[in-house]
Amino acid sequence: MEIEDMLKISPYSLDKESKQKILSERLNYLEKFHYEHCKEFRAVKDNLTPSPDFIPVRLFKEFDLKSVPDNEIIKLMTSSGTTGQSVSRIFLDRSTALNQQKVMSKIVADFTGASRMPMIILDCPAVLKKRELLTARGAGILGFSIFGTKKIYAFDDDMNLKLDDLKEFINEFGEHKILLFGFTFMIWQYFYKTLKNLNTRLNLNNAVLIHGGGWKKLASESVSADEFKKSLNEICGLVNIHDYYGMIEQTGSIFMQCEHGNLHASIFSDIKTRRPNDFSECNFNERGIIQVISALPVSYPGHSLLTEDEGEILGEDDCPCGRLGKYFKVHGRLKGAELRGCSDTYERR
Amino acid sequence: MKDVNIICGTDEIISKPLQAYDDRVINFLSDLSRALMNIRAWPDVVSLGFWCRRANLEKMRSTCHEYNFRIGRGLCFHIAPSNIPVNFAFSYMFGLISGCANIIRVPSKNFEQVNIILDIVNEKLKSYPEIYSRTQFIKYPSDNNNITAEYSLKSDARLIWGGDATIKNIRALESKPRCIDICFADRYSIALINSEAVMNANEADLKRLAENFYNDTFLIDQNACSSPNIIFWLNDNENKPARLKFWQAVHEYSDSKYKIQASIGVNKFSKACEDAINFDIQSTRYNNKNLIWLAELKNLDENLDTFRGSSGYFYEYVLNNYDELFKIINSKYQTLTYYGIDADELQSLIIKNNLTGIDRITPIGRALDIGIIWDGFDIVRTLSRIVNKE
Repeated sequence: MEIEDMLKISPYSLDKESKQKILSERLNYLEKFHYEHCKEFRAVKDNLTPSPDFIPVRLFKEFDLKSVPDNEIIKLMTSSGTTGQSVSRIFLDRSTALNQQKVMSKIVADFTGASRMPMIILDCPAVLKKRELLTARGAGILGFSIFGTKKIYAFDDDMNLKLDDLKEFINEFGEHKILLFGFTFMIWQYFYKTLKNLNTRLNLNNAVLIHGGGWKKLASESVSADEFKKSLNEICGLVNIHDYYGMIEQTGSIFMQCEHGNLHASIFSDIKTRRPNDFSECNFNERGIIQVISALPVSYPGHSLLTEDEGEILGEDDCPCGRLGKYFKVHGRLKGAELRGCSDTYERR
Repeated sequence: MKDVNIICGTDEIISKPLQAYDDRVINFLSDLSRALMNIRAWPDVVSLGFWCRRANLEKMRSTCHEYNFRIGRGLCFHIAPSNIPVNFAFSYMFGLISGCANIIRVPSKNFEQVNIILDIVNEKLKSYPEIYSRTQFIKYPSDNNNITAEYSLKSDARLIWGGDATIKNIRALESKPRCIDICFADRYSIALINSEAVMNANEADLKRLAENFYNDTFLIDQNACSSPNIIFWLNDNENKPARLKFWQAVHEYSDSKYKIQASIGVNKFSKACEDAINFDIQSTRYNNKNLIWLAELKNLDENLDTFRGSSGYFYEYVLNNYDELFKIINSKYQTLTYYGIDADELQSLIIKNNLTGIDRITPIGRALDIGIIWDGFDIVRTLSRIVNKE
């Protein structure tokens, strides 16, 4: 089934069996396509025994992995690695980019209601300066922007909160549902903390906040997901808050968090957890290395990836929110390897 | 000195040398030995203690025939390695045996073993004033070059552990004209196994071999210079039963002992993918587990010494003959661990073939056993001078 046809199905409406049928057909296609068109992917598949069902997400940092000719690439996305770290490089052709947009909008609409709405982007415009070279932040903003009728950035390029503009925006569109989008850490650091310092409250009772990007930085400040929600609720009345789990390597088919705090796989994606000692699949409620699967990537071999995150599948087709598919929890990055012996040598490699 | 923390030993070091293998040093070390060997919770501390027992020291002394005319070079400055926790103490002992006074910069990492050892040294030093006045363990931020420079200026010898980058940095600092540096650079090590010997090994032999191999590799995640990265097979036939027999034994021994951290599992997998892409190397997860990865080399690359194994990722190559191996050996190669090989023959072949590398041939299981001859240096003879009478 083509993505075009899958888009006609409601993203959380298929039970295990029906989803399996559609998704595995698509994945078999992608598997074959990438094997034929990406020599690096083929080398991994051919040279490793047993041949793996996934490739490590790290490979996108070390190789330019492409499955379409260079002249079809229209966009390069990079992860926003901190200084000194290497970044993932993801090459998009027109149809993959378009499918990412469509699928994302389909998934998000399930949580916000179908219509477009006024949108506050909790970031600065500078992130989007170069459209042909997108960072993860930029890609997220761009992806979510399609939901915005009227849009405003909450910060100037120095990350100062534009409080007056925001108030005016909320006044003008307050009776509509407003969509807020941003990255978890940015929201905490520049939105929440600024409002708190200014001792200012905003009225966003009616708004919906979608945020992503992970908890690594907030965990280091000991801010839990509960505290994050509670604090935002206090400062601007937000109740409708959804985290999402996604990565630049699988833009579009993101895993949204439902009202019950669970992350969900849609019909465009699947999630598995793997045991470190043999990569076998974990049972439900057993922690393991997260493998993410997406129906979208055609221009690069990103349909099945072993991440460096730890998580656990909580169940399938029976989340109290009513959405079908697997639901799960992420426990953050895998603990860094504690090597015995010569760390000195290791780090320099 | 500002920012320098003296954590054990004297404040005022006396750099007057002692005779090599001085009786007081031997008494002190064998005293230490007994105390160290009581620390059962730390096998590496015990093995340090075992190494400096009186019988072993006497044996070493007996092989140094001219020790009566050897005297320390003076003050020895040790930049101790931050990899293996007990090696700072070995370094110190080498210095003492040579007759030097010793300033030892201990690793910045907070190893429990370091504290345990220093507590014992501190206690024992009380009965040995001559040793006490020649002992100073210090800590300071390793990036503080000013301090390193100051110590360098007054040293008669420097023992520099810690790899190429550290060596480059410290060599650039001025030292006395006659100062001698012993540098332990980044090295590369390999193993050589005779397939026929593995085939002939009985169950007990095989189990011991597996345990020995584990101690050389998994025990420190292959993360020491002397830990093998490549296993070379000699006299192997095409059906590779010896290799299967060996790896099965290693697998059985390691499976219960070694806990695979998730990130290490991902690292090994990623490494296999990189090797597959970059070099078309085929690799196998042994028994479908993530414990032993075997990456089969099709040919011997000139840059073989950049192929690093880690945490149970091993390269393998079936040798047709020694010449094939000798061709790729360069000065990076340090230890060759072996099983079922005529070591005497190999030793002479290394000389005969004018090789620039391999300083050490030792049975599998002893890769990490450090001694006064290390990295191609006779450390005691280098840190002491000979008083020659003609």
